[in-house]
Amino acid sequence: MIQTLAFYLFASLVIASAVMVIMARNPVHSVLWLILAFFNAAGLMVLVGAEFIAMLLVIVYVGAVAVLFLFVVMMLNIDFAEMRAGFINNVPLGLLIALILLVELIMGVGAWSAGGIALGTPDGSAAQGLGQSNIEAVGALLYGKYVFLFEVAGIILLVAMIGAIVLTHRQRPEGARGHQDIGKQIRRRPQDATVLKNPDVGEGVEL
Amino acid sequence: MTEFFQSLGMSYEWAWFVATVSGVLLIALPLMLAVAMVIYVDRKVLGAIMMRRGPNVVGPFGLLQSFADGLKVFLQETIIPSAANKGIFLLAPIITFTVALAAWAVIPFDAGVVLADINVGLLYILAISSLGVYGVVMSGWASNSKYPFFSAMRAAAQMISYEVSIGFVLVCVVLFAGTFNMSGIVMAQKGHGLGFINGFFVNPLLFPMFVVFFISALAETARAPFDLTEAESELVAGYQTEYSSMSFALFWLGEYANILLMCSLCTLLFMGGWLPPVEWAPLYYVPGIIWFMLKTFFFFFLFSWIWATVPRYRYDQLMRLGWKVFLPMSLVFVALISGYLMATGHFTGASA
Repeated sequence: MIQTLAFYLFASLVIASAVMVIMARNPVHSVLWLILAFFNAAGLMVLVGAEFIAMLLVIVYVGAVAVLFLFVVMMLNIDFAEMRAGFINNVPLGLLIALILLVELIMGVGAWSAGGIALGTPDGSAAQGLGQSNIEAVGALLYGKYVFLFEVAGIILLVAMIGAIVLTHRQRPEGARGHQDIGKQIRRRPQDATVLKNPDVGEGVEL
Repeated sequence: MTEFFQSLGMSYEWAWFVATVSGVLLIALPLMLAVAMVIYVDRKVLGAIMMRRGPNVVGPFGLLQSFADGLKVFLQETIIPSAANKGIFLLAPIITFTVALAAWAVIPFDAGVVLADINVGLLYILAISSLGVYGVVMSGWASNSKYPFFSAMRAAAQMISYEVSIGFVLVCVVLFAGTFNMSGIVMAQKGHGLGFINGFFVNPLLFPMFVVFFISALAETARAPFDLTEAESELVAGYQTEYSSMSFALFWLGEYANILLMCSLCTLLFMGGWLPPVEWAPLYYVPGIIWFMLKTFFFFFLFSWIWATVPRYRYDQLMRLGWKVFLPMSLVFVALISGYLMATGHFTGASA
């Protein structure tokens, strides 16, 4: 009873906030609705017994990705009139993508109701070994059966990260504006930086 | 507690519901009281270090100062700037406060005294504490004012940076404990040091991580020396500038509840939680919750001590410390610790 209520609560909230993501006029509101959608999706994950995935969803998407979204969107000064002007041009492409997603959804539901591949029962019992916690089950799969693919994915991400750093990193030559030598900054002492002068009346100070 | 309510003749579902609600109240109300007292302690410690008296007028020794402040704030008018984004402006303090309270659900105060004893307790805390940044960012943006906005940008960057190293420190602890469950982590610390000291902090591999965690906790809660988000000399009051009355008070309470949470996390992860400091039978006559509170209070004292002592970091130094010092260091320690545990055959046990 409570599970059913919770499921419909989370599910309807996910759909409602997903609709609001594209309906909201203010992009910042869109991002905030997106966060709500993520959060309710995490709630659905908890309901099917995948608490580890739910926590990862919140940590990774809500805690890091969406913060960066929000960060960028808040900084941009978006001209709404200009944005709406381009709307008509993009309608065919948008409709195409919507159609593809709809077909995929129908095929997915059709395959599931036809009883295709049993990935897991709704209560998650078939997905997990007996007496295994969520984390152990995921870990056993990732580091056992799929270890090669997992490592490959890790290396691809590492390469992407290094690539991004290489592209944006700029070493400022010594003496240039913005150059910093942390060791030098820390070694600096008051006696190196300041002098106490006691000039006579009418005399200047030679620097 | 569910069994108790069931024995009163309720059905299981109702008993569970009533037990959970009363559990929430049993945690939240004393927590609010603790926050009020801890604000008083903070000001007293600060006063003592600055050779002042601190609050001493309201009530005996000024003990009721926080309640007087709370009453004053409660009676103030709520001012909403006309250019503010009203909904988000009002939502932001609520989010900060709610998030600060929600994380306490998995904190064990004593053996078995925990609202939700879930398997992924530590991940839950990580997830909830990563939400804390939204209250700050939303308030900064919705205020539609320059200083709060600067503060929000700083807060977002700062919290993301230090969460990364906190995550790696937690991985180190989890590697040693073999579980994400908070009570399990505490029990794993029993007799960890030479067989009689309770706590991970005595472990030479974990002590550096303990230091990293403590400093990151300071940065995560935006306490001095990392309080750039509300640096008075630069940003007026940071993201709280436009807030007044209860919405301001919610920020205030949430901030201190977060600080207490970080102190109790230090206690649970490294100092052995509700266990007495050493394995000595007479010490077990003291209730576990007393030990837990004493240790948490000790860390809170460190927080105020640091606040009174050190100057504020420069922003680029803050970023450098997070990304160039703590992140590589904690990453190296994750590798070191897992290597050590593999080499000593720690993983052949039941948890493997």
